[in-house]
Amino acid sequence: MERLKNIDDLRSLRLDLSKETFKPDKNRIRICCGTACTATGSKKVVKAFDDEISRRNLDIEIVRTGCQGLCQKGPVMKLEPYGYFYQKVRQENVDVIVSTTYAAGFPVRSLLYRDTFLEKPVEFMEDVPFYKKQMRVALKNNGRIDPTNIHHYIAVGGYGAAEKVFSSMSPEQVIDEVKKSNLRGRGGAGFPTGVKWAHTRRAPGTIKMVIANGDEGDPGAFMDRSIMEGDPHGLLEGMLICAYAVDAHYGFIYVRHEYPLAVKNLRIAISQAEQIGLLGRNILGTGFDFTIHIREGAGAFVCGEATALVASLEGKRGFPHARPPRVSEPGGGPWGYPANLNNVETFACVPPIIEKGADWFLSIGTPSSPGTKVFALTGKVKNTGLVEVPMGITLGEIVYDIGGGIMGNKKFKAIQTGGPSGGCIPSKYLNLPVDFDSLLKVGSMMGSGGMVVLDEDNCMVDVAKFFLSFTQAESCGKCPTCRIGTYQMLQILEKITSGKGEKGDIEKLEKIGKLVKAGSLCGLGQSAPNPVLTTIKYFRDEYEEHIHEKYCRARVCSGLGVFIIEHSECILCGLCKQACAFNAVKETRRGFFIDRDYCTKCKACYSICPVNAVKITKEMYARLEEELKIPYEKMEVIERRRKMTLKDILESRPYEIVTVHKNSAISDAVRKMTEKSVSGLFVVDDNNKLVSLFTERDIVRCVFDNTSFNETIEKTCMRDITTFDPSTEISSAIAIALRKKIRHLPVVEGDRIIGMITFRDLVSYLLPEICFMAETMY
Amino acid sequence: MKVEELEVNKEIGEVGTILNDQEMKRGILIHALHHMQEHNGYLPGDELKKLSQKLYIPLSEIYSVASFYKMFHFKPRGKKVVKVCLGTACYVRGSKKLLTALESEFHVKSGETTEDLAITLETVGCVGCCGLAPVATINDEVTGEIVGDKRTVRLVNEIRRPD
Repeated sequence: MERLKNIDDLRSLRLDLSKETFKPDKNRIRICCGTACTATGSKKVVKAFDDEISRRNLDIEIVRTGCQGLCQKGPVMKLEPYGYFYQKVRQENVDVIVSTTYAAGFPVRSLLYRDTFLEKPVEFMEDVPFYKKQMRVALKNNGRIDPTNIHHYIAVGGYGAAEKVFSSMSPEQVIDEVKKSNLRGRGGAGFPTGVKWAHTRRAPGTIKMVIANGDEGDPGAFMDRSIMEGDPHGLLEGMLICAYAVDAHYGFIYVRHEYPLAVKNLRIAISQAEQIGLLGRNILGTGFDFTIHIREGAGAFVCGEATALVASLEGKRGFPHARPPRVSEPGGGPWGYPANLNNVETFACVPPIIEKGADWFLSIGTPSSPGTKVFALTGKVKNTGLVEVPMGITLGEIVYDIGGGIMGNKKFKAIQTGGPSGGCIPSKYLNLPVDFDSLLKVGSMMGSGGMVVLDEDNCMVDVAKFFLSFTQAESCGKCPTCRIGTYQMLQILEKITSGKGEKGDIEKLEKIGKLVKAGSLCGLGQSAPNPVLTTIKYFRDEYEEHIHEKYCRARVCSGLGVFIIEHSECILCGLCKQACAFNAVKETRRGFFIDRDYCTKCKACYSICPVNAVKITKEMYARLEEELKIPYEKMEVIERRRKMTLKDILESRPYEIVTVHKNSAISDAVRKMTEKSVSGLFVVDDNNKLVSLFTERDIVRCVFDNTSFNETIEKTCMRDITTFDPSTEISSAIAIALRKKIRHLPVVEGDRIIGMITFRDLVSYLLPEICFMAETMY
Repeated sequence: MKVEELEVNKEIGEVGTILNDQEMKRGILIHALHHMQEHNGYLPGDELKKLSQKLYIPLSEIYSVASFYKMFHFKPRGKKVVKVCLGTACYVRGSKKLLTALESEFHVKSGETTEDLAITLETVGCVGCCGLAPVATINDEVTGEIVGDKRTVRLVNEIRRPD
């Protein structure tokens, strides 16, 4: 690459490049090669395309772009000149794409985006609901250019702002323009960028620095990663303009080590910019020097805080220090030199502002927060990914219009913004316009832009615990309130979620939370209690439910609720019994039940049940044995004794009611007994009412009396019978039967015949009980 | 890169011109630790001693810095480092379950290495692939949408597969 000697060189290079690159009528495929799409196989797709193109000798240009946003449907691609947008492309589809789209000009229908299976496919990217409401400023080049090719960036107008700055603007004018645009820091706090720049410029001393904060530690946020991966030159240009404005000659980009692709692409971009003369000594012949170095973090969330980042940059432990001195003041920056530290996204917003003017920027968004903001929309929404929207859009629009609503049509519960420093916003604020101030008003914050959508299956106490455990682990340990306070809060939350919550815990959490906020030095500690405090504010009932009723409505927290097996839904597969490590699932004749004395509420049965017959319910009634102070070991005996009625015997086996009419002949009755192989029959009258019994005993008597078998039963065998109610206890039934010397026990409920119990039934039913008693004795 | 090959002036870059010797050496410390870890897989004690002599920083301070950052390890790590993302998006989509499944599959706790030094299981705050949640990485290669038993088994096979 030839070094550009002056501004005119850059102009003519751009003119040349714009003629050859990205000609509108050329065949071109822009494939997303961001981290997410690479994970779903975009590298393989690119290779397949390359093979196919060289095999068929086609004229198709492949552009490996940065993140295009719709990560969940990756790998995604845009086909030009047609404009078709394909999602979830696999390498097997490549040859269909080439033959259908490039040979015939038709879209491949199976690869087009569909909202749901029942809706029509969408052909063009602009019509996909996910992209419809978006407006791209910071991400304008993401998905358009190859981040590893500086010529692409220049061809689409890149370094135009730097050119404008160097050719026609004084540093003061640049700062004024940024000030006028009211660009607020995208890292979270929303401090006006222009004011910060002016601060740094005013700082005494000749050596100054520019630092880009790419230590995006927020779990659930990845906008900085996408910018560094997909448009590294945009960041470099923003930093270059800043360096010019504040008169700095040294730049650093502090990147998380977890983003290897971002580091790689930034390295390539820096070396290209240095080769072409847009970085380094004597930039574009203006005499201005500016170098940029990459510093990799090493996995410490607190290093996203400005002063901690500076310490880390110097090679020390990432401890924040008290301000003042601020980073922009002497003594505050790295090695004591004043430095201007901004978020990556903030820098990416600068070139468009300079190029198009502050008024253009002010026309987007809300008066207090102009411009756009990139959000990482994740969690339980249908379309997850990176979205850039004008400020002032409502939360509902983001969740439902762009995100496509909640997965599985569940109920929206809350949206978590701002990562571990932010808070949870409940559904009543879905109409809230999103900007820095409105989010602060409802107790949350913009943060770096993570938006995690929670549905009814998420437990708010558990979510608060998750964030707190994150900040607790990431607390650097310098301030006692943060180090000890977050730990204590976490302990209380652990207690609540494991079912040991006590009255007063919520108040204690609030108290400690306020203390941690007040007594911590840096942003981490000051905002660490936010997730807990906002969830208490908006979802206090859930906390109370955990503490007082020992119940988690989302069924997330283990150790809460009562586990039961719903017999009407149970398919008797026995998986729950196998899964239980504590033998709490007991098998009975009728099915399975969970013994609450053994149950540890580990949820093993709940998660393994294939038909969701294991239910977690609220404790609906007081436990009798606790009320009556019956020892636990006696309970099983009592339980078993409860199951000792005649009805239980009848239900324990299949049975048939065999009746005979009182006017039938004895021979008929005998035939029926043989056919059904029973030892006794119910004798009924015309109304099917039980009048007597006919048993084997009667046959013996008839033979002895020499009665003719043609006689009717009514004439020969009628007698008074003893009937039993189904609720009769077995022991009293046996006593009555012994006294009356009967072997057949007719069970009747009112006039209705329920069944017949013989002595054999009694013995077979009682056998396990005898075994049980024998076992417990020894 | 070995400690002996470390060139302080080159690593620190242009900014070295305004720094004194000790500041420069200090400035590349984290960078040097990264290199050492990349080369050895972890930070061996005697290498750290060499680094201390080379950079003229007390060994205790090197340990102080290295132990502050979660990414540095003082024990040998497995050939395959499996990181389960416990970022918010992954967490709400059930990455905890995945972690427990892997823990019981390989009989290690998170943060531990199997005895044969084949696999190290770790958690990570966020890998920035929230769109594909829940995700896990095997030696920095991301696998996404690991929902359900089938996907988990596939991941386990992927981890087990010899290279």
